[in-house]
Amino acid sequence: MTIHPTSAQFPANAHKALHDPQLQKAFNHVRSAFIDKRAKAAAALPEFEALRDSARDIKAHTLKHLDVYIEAYEAKVREAGGTVHFARDAAEARAAIVEICRARGARTVTKGKSMVSEEIGLNDALHAAGIEPVETDLGEYIIQLRGEVPSHIIAPAVHLTKEQVEADFRRLHLHLHPDRDLSDAQLLLTEARAILRERFLAADIGITGANFLIAETGTSVIVTNEGNGDLTQILPKVHIVLAAIDKLVPTRNDVAQLLRVLARSATGQEMSVYTTFSTGPRRAEDPDGPEEYHVILLDNGRSTMLGTEFEDMLRCIRCGACMNHCPVYQAVGGHAYGWIYPGPMGAVLTPSLIGIDKAGHLPNASTFCGRCEAVCPVRIPLPRMMRNWREKEFERHLSPAPVRNGLKLWAFFAERPALYRAATGLAMRAMALAGRTKGRFTSLPLAGGWTAWRDMPAPQGATFQAQWKARRRGHR
Amino acid sequence: MRDNAKPAPRVGLLVTCLVDLMRPSVGFAAVKLLEDAGCIVDVPGQTCCGQPAFNSGDRATARRLAQNIIDAFAGFDYVVVPSGSCGGTVVKHYPELFADEPGLSQKARALADKTHELVSFLTDVMGVSDVKARFDGTVTYHDSCSGLRELGIREQPRRLLQSVLGLDLVEMTDADVCCGFGGTFAVKYGEISNAIVERKADRIVESGARTIVAGDLGCLLNMAGKLSRRGSPTEVRHVAEILAGMTDAPAIGAPGETTR
Repeated sequence: MTIHPTSAQFPANAHKALHDPQLQKAFNHVRSAFIDKRAKAAAALPEFEALRDSARDIKAHTLKHLDVYIEAYEAKVREAGGTVHFARDAAEARAAIVEICRARGARTVTKGKSMVSEEIGLNDALHAAGIEPVETDLGEYIIQLRGEVPSHIIAPAVHLTKEQVEADFRRLHLHLHPDRDLSDAQLLLTEARAILRERFLAADIGITGANFLIAETGTSVIVTNEGNGDLTQILPKVHIVLAAIDKLVPTRNDVAQLLRVLARSATGQEMSVYTTFSTGPRRAEDPDGPEEYHVILLDNGRSTMLGTEFEDMLRCIRCGACMNHCPVYQAVGGHAYGWIYPGPMGAVLTPSLIGIDKAGHLPNASTFCGRCEAVCPVRIPLPRMMRNWREKEFERHLSPAPVRNGLKLWAFFAERPALYRAATGLAMRAMALAGRTKGRFTSLPLAGGWTAWRDMPAPQGATFQAQWKARRRGHR
Repeated sequence: MRDNAKPAPRVGLLVTCLVDLMRPSVGFAAVKLLEDAGCIVDVPGQTCCGQPAFNSGDRATARRLAQNIIDAFAGFDYVVVPSGSCGGTVVKHYPELFADEPGLSQKARALADKTHELVSFLTDVMGVSDVKARFDGTVTYHDSCSGLRELGIREQPRRLLQSVLGLDLVEMTDADVCCGFGGTFAVKYGEISNAIVERKADRIVESGARTIVAGDLGCLLNMAGKLSRRGSPTEVRHVAEILAGMTDAPAIGAPGETTR
């Protein structure tokens, strides 16, 4: 029931994305929307780099003692009158949520944005149980209308243009006047908001994700810019928090520090517009709040990453900075990655969760430019871990044969210096002669992957080492 | 410049595969720059630093190649590399590659500690603040990723370029954004690599510079290949060629004589 990964077809997916004019147009905004704003926000806060260290250390510490913090968290949720449901995998998480919905006779549920909900394929499971899920984050709402999955972890509809959204609204909001003005993003927002208001009021259950789960108090924290998370969790009688175990942090102080790097890294804001803390169901003295409070605490493969070279990936706070700054992500968008989590963080996390045999392209589809690690608020060594996945692939003979053979051939010569010098000396002279008139090759045998797209400059002739030796002899 | 009382440092040039095979003139430019700065330069027999194997997940091959480099360069005061990428491999990744073998790890650490990328070695170790070279025209500098982010090279090449007579340095937008080369990535994911280098070529042309320079031949071959495929007249050169005043050889990808 979870989304079928197409990561194995990454090159074909990328090809399609590169030829999608709407997607390419939509991505022109990424630079100003994310990159410049993050840079400005980081520069404006003198302690930003120190905060990144501290954010890294908080998450690393939590992961080292995750069992302790999970136990403490569960006890506090219980104390506050809520229930924690442990889900080992996607199926258990779906079953637990459907069970709660059935027990309450729920017909519709509103949802705040949650990537974990996408990961477990929750909407399909709810539909199958006769329950209608309503996404309330604007981007997520648009994606749901289109029957797509998010292409970005914080900006689910970043791959779409305003014109595409307008067309979808006209196609699907048929109760509204066909000639209404939707020429402006604000008008689209107003229309979606009016429709969603009705759905908020009608919902039986609200499901949100969590940005953080606080062990010392049993509190879940969400940040949004639209306030939809608050309406999702406060209005219905039941609030379900769906979150994975890597969201745990020890204290409220820790959350305060992490929040300072989260929004700045994500959107360049000092804080998201809404930061909401929820602890248990409504108490007698509370003016509002749900009657029931459930937490579905999902593992789904994460605990197998603990103690391995991939543990650091669990520090991720899902800001999206790595994908915003990734040249590959910027070129092909999130859907090309073929599963839930795109970009550099997805290139490490996806193989961990669905297997390297299904996601082999992802850690390879990187130039190792290192910009992701340079902006990560919790300093995850993403290139190092992509390389670790390449090592696992190599050990298991999963890397493609032409690459393996090409490297083997190269290594054969490189490990035999005398042979290397003889062979390269001859080859370079021959290539230089062949390429002399033009200075470049427009096609080359065995290098089609290069020359299909650009010329190969011709070598100058005798190798440096050959010339150096000759020069040395001349000096004597 | 250097204090004359100190003995001249012995520098081993790790020339890199691409310079050795494709553009030896960069190697000679590096030698000139190092000698002008007061170094005694030698070039021990060498092949590949192992980076392609390392980045492809083949640690065993990477280690064998790395060991050859460690042995070849053991006797030098410094090792200098006209590449941030190969330099980064030695400085950042050799110690990691041998982390679980105490003896080798020490040797790898020792090599890493004395290894520098060419331009940053000139400025940061040798104290070079200007070069005696002339180059008439506008030049823009591309920050190659490994040099920038693994070794922190940013201001050094710009500073030295500004000291070249007749040279007008202009900044392009996104100078610090990857050109799409990425070693084997350029071939394995040629279409994506192309999309990235298309953007880079746009930024280069927009800058109005007649010449684009960088410190890594891999990136330069990629950008030169794209610009020439487009029929662009922009010249592509390694930063060392300009700094050494050795620009007689045709630019990368331009027609000309071969060296026998």
